[in-house]
Amino acid sequence: MNNVSIRAQKLAKLYRIGQRESYRLLRDVLADAMASPFRAAASVFDDRQGNELRSTDDHVWALKGVSFEVKQGQVVGIIGPNGAGKTTLLKILSRITEPTEGQVEIRGRVGSLLEVGTGFHPELTGRENIYLNGAILGMKKAEIERKFDEIVEFSGVERFIDTPVKRYSSGMYVRLAFAVAAHLEPEILLVDEVLAVGDLAFQRKCLGKMEEVSHEGRTVIFVSHNLNAIWSLCPQTLWLDTGQIVDFGESGRVITRYRQHMSRLSGVIPEQDILKRSNDPLRITNFRLEDLEGNPCASVPSGGAVRMVLDYVSDPAVAGKRDVYIGIGVSNEMGQRLFSLSNRFTDQQLSEMASQGQFVCTVPCLPLVPGQYDIKLACQIQGGESVQKVHLVGALMVREGDFFASGRIPDSSFGHVLVPHSWSQRSEASWNLEGDRDAETSDH
Amino acid sequence: MKATRIAGDITTVREEDAVRRVMTTVQQELDSPPALTASQELPLTVIRPSRGRIALNLRELWEYRELLYFLIWRDIKVRYKQTLLGVAWAVLQPFLTMVVFSIFFGNLAKVPSDGIPYPIFAYTALLPWQLFSRALTESSNSLVANQRLITKVYFPRLVIPISAVLGGLVDFGIAFVILIGMMAYYHIVPTLAVLTLPLFLLLALATALAVGLWLSALNVQYRDVHYLTPFITQFWLFATPIAYSASLVRYRWRGLYGLNPMVGVVEGFRWALLNSPATGTRSLVLISAAVVGLLLIGGLAYFRRMEKTFADIV
Repeated sequence: MNNVSIRAQKLAKLYRIGQRESYRLLRDVLADAMASPFRAAASVFDDRQGNELRSTDDHVWALKGVSFEVKQGQVVGIIGPNGAGKTTLLKILSRITEPTEGQVEIRGRVGSLLEVGTGFHPELTGRENIYLNGAILGMKKAEIERKFDEIVEFSGVERFIDTPVKRYSSGMYVRLAFAVAAHLEPEILLVDEVLAVGDLAFQRKCLGKMEEVSHEGRTVIFVSHNLNAIWSLCPQTLWLDTGQIVDFGESGRVITRYRQHMSRLSGVIPEQDILKRSNDPLRITNFRLEDLEGNPCASVPSGGAVRMVLDYVSDPAVAGKRDVYIGIGVSNEMGQRLFSLSNRFTDQQLSEMASQGQFVCTVPCLPLVPGQYDIKLACQIQGGESVQKVHLVGALMVREGDFFASGRIPDSSFGHVLVPHSWSQRSEASWNLEGDRDAETSDH
Repeated sequence: MKATRIAGDITTVREEDAVRRVMTTVQQELDSPPALTASQELPLTVIRPSRGRIALNLRELWEYRELLYFLIWRDIKVRYKQTLLGVAWAVLQPFLTMVVFSIFFGNLAKVPSDGIPYPIFAYTALLPWQLFSRALTESSNSLVANQRLITKVYFPRLVIPISAVLGGLVDFGIAFVILIGMMAYYHIVPTLAVLTLPLFLLLALATALAVGLWLSALNVQYRDVHYLTPFITQFWLFATPIAYSASLVRYRWRGLYGLNPMVGVVEGFRWALLNSPATGTRSLVLISAAVVGLLLIGGLAYFRRMEKTFADIV
């Protein structure tokens, strides 16, 4: 295939542990040189790193046996826990560091964005930094001049363009820096987690700009912890863990597997937690999603019905108590609470508790756009001191569904929440009549 | 072909080219058959672990000349920001040193100056010296000072020490104006020898780069260099005929003396500008140039070899 943009074969990268922290002192080298002067002299120009590589105890493979192919125009997200080798992979692809083994073939000019504002100088003005940063990112002077106005406009710091950037607020700084980067036009764009900075509105703008870039047929590799961003931007996702590829393919599948794996790691209420709380009179021991037929499900379509089922264990002492309140909080990936479900709101009593049983909360129509949501739990016995709060008991995966029964599915850029609504028209002449009718219906 | 031109910041090397085998960290090749799809026109880059000897890849360096320009421009712009005297410092530094030298060495110690008025005798030597010592200090610290760049963006690392060396030229130019004024004051009319001045300037820059390459690459791994550099420049100052004349050195030691490339530079400056006696200057300069050549080749080889580890170690 000729339209392969990146082909990595058995990439591996070895790091010496502590390499970054401890500088080798000249003293040590001189001591070595005294001990064996000839070998020391030869080693200055000797390319082999020799025995150092062989011992494995103080070395760590940041990447090991990583092979994959990315076609031209593909947008690929890279996910994985910290230390999975995501940034190392980007650094190899952008030639900042060299692989220890394996090779990569790259077709096209590579632009990398591992950090916003690389090379920004605080003493220089915004205008000067645009030129400097552009040149550092690989733009030609003529190219920067051509795009200058566009960059300034995108950044929204027109008024301060001749002010040294050390006087900028951090938000302005980031906006200006990203504006330059967003106007890079390489065939292949490598982006590390750089959107974590900046306010939400600007993040959205950047994501939009990246989406634009991907539609222009450019290959984009995007590393992020923001799974929703990956999901909405990247049709393909590569999951790295401890330097190896766990899965690579269609984003929905990979991200779902990743989330399941991660929540297994963090535990849907880990066993130890439950045991530790064994003196709580009421304990939630498990959480799962079911459809209306009672089948467990991994994801729910937008607008679909879902039952949230909570297994509990309670002491005989509270078995007969009536005032039990359960709360379920649903948050987006940024940790913002979108809505909460509680029997306190609906004023429904969960009475007649057995020593073991289930609380079931039914949501007939889930008003969320496709994406990944976090679920938190809390339960409380009225008048009692017992409050169990569980952070992140699990993930709620929402897949595409025909919420509006129209076949139109909005994505998260229109907001996370879907509200049932309808539209009608009226003319001036029928205004009063229509208004009256509205008033009438709302009375009922 | 357009795509290839756009992607011009990467060197294009033919497949059979020897450079390809010789370990280049990165090589590019053009697809030989004319392509129909855009992708085939894009240059291919192969990234693999480097082995064996390392090509200098000057062509790639040339492709990054705009970055070199911007880095020099940044250093010049930033140098005298938020200073009261600004660019005047470029003149004050050599001028005040000249005044001090004239008082202590010229007047008190009565150091012979080959029959040339001592102030201009010293100032002519101080100009290339300060260019050199600044270039040496800046370049040996350059990689560490730019570690953010090195760990976040790819470009030929040679750009950094080279820009640090060239950054002092503007200061040199400004201070040179004072020299012209002094020559007028002392009624010194240069001969045609003044045309050779750029060669000596080049020799000074090459010396600074040669040593700077070694020190900057060493500095990445051993921060001792940071403390070592001031001593190096201080000792080097005494080993160079700035406050005194090279003619003070006995003739039979002059070959050894010439191993210090800055001797050739300083003597050359005095000869080209002040018509100082040229006895033995030519052989001095030749020895100096040879030493610099060797140092530079060694420095480039060492730098290129260490280059791939900079981002991991710095």
